[in-house]
Amino acid sequence: MNKMGKKFIAMAILVLGISGLIFTGCGENTDRITINVYNWGDYIDEDVIRDFEDKYDIRVNYDQFATNEEMYVKIKSGSSKYDVLFPSDYMIERMIEEDLLQRIDMDNIPNYKYIKPQFKDLDFDPNNEYSIPYFWGTMGILYNKTMVDEEVDSWSILWDEKYEDEIFMLDSQRDSIGITLKMLNYSLNTVDEEELEEAKDALIAQRPLVLAYVIDEVTDKMVAGEGALAVVWSGDAVAAMKQNPDLDYVIPKEGSNLWFDSMVIPKNSEHKDEAELFINYMCETDIAYKNTDYVGYSTPHIEARKKLDPHIRDSEVAYPDIETLDNCEIFHHLREYLKLYDRIWTDITAR
Amino acid sequence: MNRKSIMAYPYIVWMVLFIVIPILLVFYYGFTMESSAGLTFSLENFKRFFEPVYLMVLVRSFILAALSTGICLLLGYPLAMILASKDFKRKNMMLLLLIVPMWMNFLLRTYAWLTLIEKKGIINSLLSNLNLPTINIIYTTRAVVLGMVYNFLPFMVLPIYTVLSKIDKSVIEAAEDLGANSLTTFKKVIFPLSLPGVISGITMVFMPAVTTFVISRLLGGGHYKLIGNLIEQQFLSVYDWNFGSAISIIMMIVILISMGILSKYEEVREGGGIV
Repeated sequence: MNKMGKKFIAMAILVLGISGLIFTGCGENTDRITINVYNWGDYIDEDVIRDFEDKYDIRVNYDQFATNEEMYVKIKSGSSKYDVLFPSDYMIERMIEEDLLQRIDMDNIPNYKYIKPQFKDLDFDPNNEYSIPYFWGTMGILYNKTMVDEEVDSWSILWDEKYEDEIFMLDSQRDSIGITLKMLNYSLNTVDEEELEEAKDALIAQRPLVLAYVIDEVTDKMVAGEGALAVVWSGDAVAAMKQNPDLDYVIPKEGSNLWFDSMVIPKNSEHKDEAELFINYMCETDIAYKNTDYVGYSTPHIEARKKLDPHIRDSEVAYPDIETLDNCEIFHHLREYLKLYDRIWTDITAR
Repeated sequence: MNRKSIMAYPYIVWMVLFIVIPILLVFYYGFTMESSAGLTFSLENFKRFFEPVYLMVLVRSFILAALSTGICLLLGYPLAMILASKDFKRKNMMLLLLIVPMWMNFLLRTYAWLTLIEKKGIINSLLSNLNLPTINIIYTTRAVVLGMVYNFLPFMVLPIYTVLSKIDKSVIEAAEDLGANSLTTFKKVIFPLSLPGVISGITMVFMPAVTTFVISRLLGGGHYKLIGNLIEQQFLSVYDWNFGSAISIIMMIVILISMGILSKYEEVREGGGIV
């Protein structure tokens, strides 16, 4: 073998060696089982994790994501192994379809009985084989009573020129297009091009009125009185209203989005039993209560809700009567139409 | 095999792992499309980019980045000259003040601007307390340019300062001895000699400015999509890595071309200028 060849092989070994080090660097060296949990940012009372570790002598490696898509990319590429994930409805539908999840053995989740029956067997997981609901909520308008005199009951107020530069929209294609479709009395899962074009025109017309397209900052901005109206998730509305009593939240009459974040086990989990143990633990009344109290979102857990401060427990914002939400829809996976939505959103925001 | 090349191995490995392989991956995705038959070779992604919507985003990114670079140069050059002048007493203090903000996280600094310039932010509450008219630049292109200039100004000042402080003082004295006034000295001697610094300054400001997505998101309020936002959107929300990679490739090519033109200009100036 000539010199060049040797050099090349040495280099190749070095490259492979280092990549091996990098990609397997987190291997464990104790007998203790470690489960990897991947949840939304700031979406758990972290004491709960420590209690679980002590109680079952299982180590929990806890990571956080900011969007469903970010989590999906990691799982899909197979680069990281997780045992418990917390995706939302449409993402669960997608992951089931793409065979990324495994069935949960319900015998191992006795605490499943505490989940309100209305939150079981939802469209994205019709036989409730893959997911256990963790939090749920709605989407609506958060508004500042000192800046808005009239009654807020329709999405169309976000198109009212009176509120120019006072409106916060979400920088999230699915949500912003979704509420516009709702305003136009279409389904927020539509893939009909004409309906979507109509929504696009409406959003383009709305652009000059919008102060900013934001995501997480929206609650802070509304609390600080930077805007009069904002599209928010109910959980954030509860938090914002606590900090600024001038704020109020409404689910517009045209209907809205009803969402769920649920616990699932990905296909490549190596510790399914422990993952189920963890999910069951999260559904224990005390634990579910602790998390709900910390996060402030709405729990599907019957007993945990009962333990909440009456002020939250009976709040119409956090716990609207789900029966009256019949014109609210859960997002479905858009499949190939995702690109159509993206194109429309780019048309709106790129001009 | 000599010792020097052995010393270079870690870097070569680093380069292969984190530069060469990722770039190859970007090209792989950019030139393929996901179809029912799996990944197939395609130029569709590039064709798609030449739709007016996307071209507009590219043009906007370039205009904003060029504007910011220009402002940085206008502000940064005099500052670099002050820093480099030998009778400037508080040089170290000034340099420190220039660098200290860079110790803080870039995102935090941009967030700080948000609280400063928002409608009821610190600057506006001060102004309204003094009964002065408030400024409303938050969520406009002006705010985006402000964010870029603020964040990238040190990258313009430092290379120019380095070059200026290394200019042989006797060259300047010679110019003065030959009767050149200070303006002529600057035009014929100092500026041409500082061009390498100016060019690396322009490069170091323009490149991050043209690809940023955080500044436009935070200070532009999502109103002004830049090319960086477009790429991020393809990777994180649409999961269309192929189109995202294609945009990245186009971006790389355009940057390469502009840098090529810039370095050409530098050569011409060096060849024709004083040596």
